[in-house]
Amino acid sequence: MIRSLLSADPPGSRLLAASLLAVLVGLALAPFVFPGARSLDVAARVAVFVLLAASYDLLLGYTGIVSFAHTMFFGIGGYGIGIAAASWGSGWGSLAAGSLAALACSAAIAFAVGLLSLRVRAIFFAMITLAVAAFFQILASQMSWLTGGEDGLNFNLPSVLSPGTKLVAAPVLGIDLNGRVLSYYLVFGCALALFLVLLRIVNSPFGRVLLAIRENEFRAEALGYRTVVYRTVANCLGALAATCAGLLYALWLRYTGPATTLSFDIMIDILLMVVIGGMGTMYGAVLGATIFVLAESYLRDLLRLASDATHGVPLLPALLHPDRWLLWLGVLFVVCVYYFPHGIVGRLRARRP
Amino acid sequence: MAATEHPVLQTHDLTIRFGGHVAVDCVSCAFRAGTLTAIVGPNGAGKTTYFNLISGQLKASSGRVALFGEDITSLGPAQRTRRGVGRAFQLTNLFPRLTVLENVRLAVQARAGAGKNLFSMWRSHVELIEQAEHYLHRVALSDKRAVTAAALSHGDQRKLEVAVLLALEPAVFMLDEPTAGMSVDEVPVVLELIQHIKQQEEKTILLVEHKMDVVRSLADRIVVLHQGELVADGAPEEVIASPIVQEAYLGRGAGREARDA
Repeated sequence: MIRSLLSADPPGSRLLAASLLAVLVGLALAPFVFPGARSLDVAARVAVFVLLAASYDLLLGYTGIVSFAHTMFFGIGGYGIGIAAASWGSGWGSLAAGSLAALACSAAIAFAVGLLSLRVRAIFFAMITLAVAAFFQILASQMSWLTGGEDGLNFNLPSVLSPGTKLVAAPVLGIDLNGRVLSYYLVFGCALALFLVLLRIVNSPFGRVLLAIRENEFRAEALGYRTVVYRTVANCLGALAATCAGLLYALWLRYTGPATTLSFDIMIDILLMVVIGGMGTMYGAVLGATIFVLAESYLRDLLRLASDATHGVPLLPALLHPDRWLLWLGVLFVVCVYYFPHGIVGRLRARRP
Repeated sequence: MAATEHPVLQTHDLTIRFGGHVAVDCVSCAFRAGTLTAIVGPNGAGKTTYFNLISGQLKASSGRVALFGEDITSLGPAQRTRRGVGRAFQLTNLFPRLTVLENVRLAVQARAGAGKNLFSMWRSHVELIEQAEHYLHRVALSDKRAVTAAALSHGDQRKLEVAVLLALEPAVFMLDEPTAGMSVDEVPVVLELIQHIKQQEEKTILLVEHKMDVVRSLADRIVVLHQGELVADGAPEEVIASPIVQEAYLGRGAGREARDA
């Protein structure tokens, strides 16, 4: 059962298995173990970014496709929900229609970009995706009548998902089971299910062809695999999964805007998550995204503590000032990439006896 | 009988130009089932280029390639492989970071057409794994199945290349210097395999080979290319004895033969 869920691709290291279990249990029990709006928000972001990073790993780590348009598909998901909810109201029907439209739109763009440009060399493909993503970003900010421009879109969700709705009158384990908790479990459940689907895809016969293409495209073609077809399908699957992540993120935030979905900063973040976690492992995306989101959310607090603790020591409090969190995040990544060239998962698997 | 009407593989006036240079010049040749044809010629004669035109890695400037009488000139390499043109490469061409077994399994999977399967586990396709093990056994690499292809010795990589070709079960086997760079004691394993394919499976084999002793012992027929042109074609003794070959190729080849012996 577990073997089948994990597609016969076990973590392969006890420490890795323990870390993954910790992330899974932590996310599954987040509303109860880490009460409070902020920690629930962090948990939801971890779930969304695990899915987003995993879908990017399908392209980068498994197929060897370098795409910079991944946030565009993430954004299409966000705007799909956002525009539908803002213009057709907050019913389930409009959310479903918006989601389907977003998925169809992503698939069509990924197919077109893939078919037109996956024949060219990797660097040109990366440039083309960069151009398409930039174009889409400009489009989203210029068409403000539809997208809300730079301000983005705030929208309402079906009332069962709103914080005011109590599902059970009395608190359960000290927690009000309100619409917010339900939303969280919707996000978490979908992200987990889609992650397992991606894990299955990379461990399918199709996934093995992607590995072959990454290793030696010329040879894969000579074996009888039409590599352009495989790469295009992989590109579409990655785009669809990213769109799903965007849908979930918009559902969680009840907001969609350029900064939360389309910005190039997020693209860099995803790239770092995959590289730090370990390319071509899927589990790397889980650890990479978790560490990244946690660091982004709590490094400031940690630095504040450290800064206060070293009060009176020369220079240290200034270096550890909470405003320097970005510097320390950068240091953390340089150290990670330097010491774990195959990512955290690569490192953990190498320790296996 | 349909099989005797058409040769298995045929090239008609096959030509490729790179700028002003004609690498393969109007080569017409037919290859019949159950024969092993050695293609010889000095370096730069166009042997590998001729192979690339047949297996589809290069597009011909003019001329045609036909497989079982059917024109395949417009098809890409993947489609030609699926129709039965199997190719092993001169420079070892494997999936370096995948295991030896996986290299062969991918070829088996390609032939079985299972690559489009998105939602089943590759490990549950046991029959593909078993077949791959069978081909590894044939080239005596079973004990190295779990190491990566990059970790193999050069000779073992050549053997793996042959195992991959066997796994494709092609109608036409194209071997481009299969024993190049192999140590002396490894060469017989590969030669025996080629002999075996030829005898038991009635397959069409095209072999590019420099070592004249190998060519003499295996070939039913020799085709000589020189500066992109077909200059001689016939039974081994006949071709080796012909003046044009003595002059154009074997004058230089004799030294090589002495070195290889």
